[in-house]
Amino acid sequence: MLKAGFRGGIHPSGHKQATSGVAITRGPVPASLIVPMSQHLGAPCLPVVEKGDHVVRGQVIGTVEAFVSAPIHAPMSGVIAAIRPQVLVSGQRVSAVEITCDEDPDLDVFVRCELADSTAGAARSAGIVGMGGAAFPASVKLTPPHDMPVHTVILNGCECEPYLTCDHRVMLETPLEVIDGARLIRDAVGASRVVVGVEDNKPDAVAALRAATADDVEILSLRTSYPQGAEKQLIFAVLGAEVSHGKLPASTGALVHNVGTAVALARAVRERRPLIERVVTVTGRVVRPGNYLTVIGTSIGELISFAGGFSGEVGRVISGGPMTGMGVSDLSAPVVKGTSGIVVLGPGEVAPAVHGDQPCIRCGRCSDACPMMLQPFVLGIYANKRMWDQTQDHHALDCIECGCCSYVCPTSRPLVQLIRLAKHAQLERGE
Amino acid sequence: MTPHSSATEPLELPRTTITSSPHIAGRENVTSIMLWVVAALAPTALWAVYNMGWVAVLLLVSCIVSTLATEYIWNRVAHRAQTLWDGSALVTGLLLAMSLPPRTPWWMAAVGGIVAIALAKMIFGGLGWNLFNPALVGRAIITISWAGVMSEQVIPGGWFRGIDVLGTESLDAISGATRLALAASDRLVDGAYGFDMQAQYSPFLFRNLEGSLGEVSAALLVAGGLFLIFKGIIDWRVPASYIGTVALLSWALGSDPLFNVLAGGVLLGAFFMATDYVTSPMTATGRIIFGCGCGLINVVGRLFGPLPEATTWAILFMNGLVPLIDRFTIPRTFGWGKRRA
Repeated sequence: MLKAGFRGGIHPSGHKQATSGVAITRGPVPASLIVPMSQHLGAPCLPVVEKGDHVVRGQVIGTVEAFVSAPIHAPMSGVIAAIRPQVLVSGQRVSAVEITCDEDPDLDVFVRCELADSTAGAARSAGIVGMGGAAFPASVKLTPPHDMPVHTVILNGCECEPYLTCDHRVMLETPLEVIDGARLIRDAVGASRVVVGVEDNKPDAVAALRAATADDVEILSLRTSYPQGAEKQLIFAVLGAEVSHGKLPASTGALVHNVGTAVALARAVRERRPLIERVVTVTGRVVRPGNYLTVIGTSIGELISFAGGFSGEVGRVISGGPMTGMGVSDLSAPVVKGTSGIVVLGPGEVAPAVHGDQPCIRCGRCSDACPMMLQPFVLGIYANKRMWDQTQDHHALDCIECGCCSYVCPTSRPLVQLIRLAKHAQLERGE
Repeated sequence: MTPHSSATEPLELPRTTITSSPHIAGRENVTSIMLWVVAALAPTALWAVYNMGWVAVLLLVSCIVSTLATEYIWNRVAHRAQTLWDGSALVTGLLLAMSLPPRTPWWMAAVGGIVAIALAKMIFGGLGWNLFNPALVGRAIITISWAGVMSEQVIPGGWFRGIDVLGTESLDAISGATRLALAASDRLVDGAYGFDMQAQYSPFLFRNLEGSLGEVSAALLVAGGLFLIFKGIIDWRVPASYIGTVALLSWALGSDPLFNVLAGGVLLGAFFMATDYVTSPMTATGRIIFGCGCGLINVVGRLFGPLPEATTWAILFMNGLVPLIDRFTIPRTFGWGKRRA
């Protein structure tokens, strides 16, 4: 039988074998941390500590009243060395708290979060955000609007990005907590069905999850294809429903959470454990590739050093996966809640940087690959000419920026980059 | 209690270039795609050379040299970036040669090559901007300018004078009408000549010396085409709908379907000319419409037109319709209901 999937997509080499068999181990124990006050989509937190204060691991150090936000906790005990601006990998300049960590820290203890009376409340007080990369506050997604009932909860265990294996290891090593989190989310939103979607290149994770669940949580093996883990494509694969243009994914009655988020949520509810560390895949040209349990605020450079440093010539350091992640320009930037991986590519592995206008040879690979059924070559031509009416007519705003079009383009036209430009221009003129 | 990680020197980030995502790219580029096409055509070309001899070599050389030289000189004169190495001019030259009969004079072929690159490609802005298939434009110009050469049957001798490929003794070549022209004459007299179409399958498939270079073996041509489909270089939709239409329509009009598929330029056209990226539609539906259109015009032209062969004109005509086809077959965007708003 043909496995469930979506139309379009690409099949880049996975490069996952370097770390998929490596168990999660404790990452570096830094002497100092930089903890940004904005690690999520939504309102940035305000620091509630001052320079010179001593904080304890798990203590709230930043918070804000806004609905769409998530508080920040001290990832390790120590003294606040400074509160200063920090540039994140994304290029955002945000306020950050610098902590000089105590000598001989004990990473087995933490201050429990505030007691909450609901799963959504627990997610809020533990500062849980989507851990697949988007970092949307989980408490908001667990409070669906009344006019949009959720009937199916989908846990995203696709991990379709090449190189990354942190979700794979989490599913393999803590399947009971994945299932526990799945049930918690189902009950919190009143859904009747819960499905964990896993790409079929991870049969061991599928088996581990199946062994950990009764019949109430479905484990669905999906066709391996990038971007299977994109929200709309995952909902389509599981339910056969398309999220309508301009509507929230919840309009299909589905709610998608990452498997890592589910585990963090289970721990928030059962142990009142705040989100202060996460599993980060460090791979590519590093000496000891692995999946490291990393304290939030650890610098990317320290994490790479912990993995033995660079193992060859470096072409680019990426935070996240190579398809949607961000290039790192400063190794002192910290790991945040949404950092799924640090991938070091060699010079020959990086997509060629394109200067000048490469011709479109009309091969059609971009349209075939586009999971949104757009025509990236058309959008690219119009965006290049700054013709925003035309990019709007061709549905530029529906682009999910998965990068398939740029990946397949034989003349290396910067297609998704041009579409991003169109999206920003269209939004700026108020659409 | 856990000690801090040994505080080493902070890691230095080497000088790198940073762009927005994606950070990796697929393997294919224009040159690799063009070289796959050359590889797919190579067996047929070599078989043509083996059977037709030095005339085939001369034709291949004059076509390829003239296309490459034209591309190179145009870029130099127009102060454009040199695009010689993308391989597209090489493919155009090879395809032009494959579409010509072996005894086409070398200078005539060179005129075709110059026209193909200069007037059918570079003048529009180079690769990607041309409306019509350059190789076919080159062939069309030769056909119009020197009509006799293209429809005449010219069977060349072998590599060595001593080896006689057709049992025609010491003749260099025989001249006469091609099998397609014979079939056409037979049709005009309602089959009174008794031309046996099915007897032509075997020569068409394996060794046919009277058509163009590319008609030397349908079997090798199809193998090359299927190779490109399985490599993901060309879309199956164009050759499938083209060949399917030719077979179905000629059967419906009372002509032998397999003869019509194997004869003339249908296979070369369907697998290698109509699948040219630049001059064929970009949408899946569009490619099927395009292939069906080519097949329709090809059969109608062949059975009712003034010339025995119509492949060139069928594809060129459909090339002209590509912008329209593309425009009317835009797929429905994900999440936009049943019809595009």
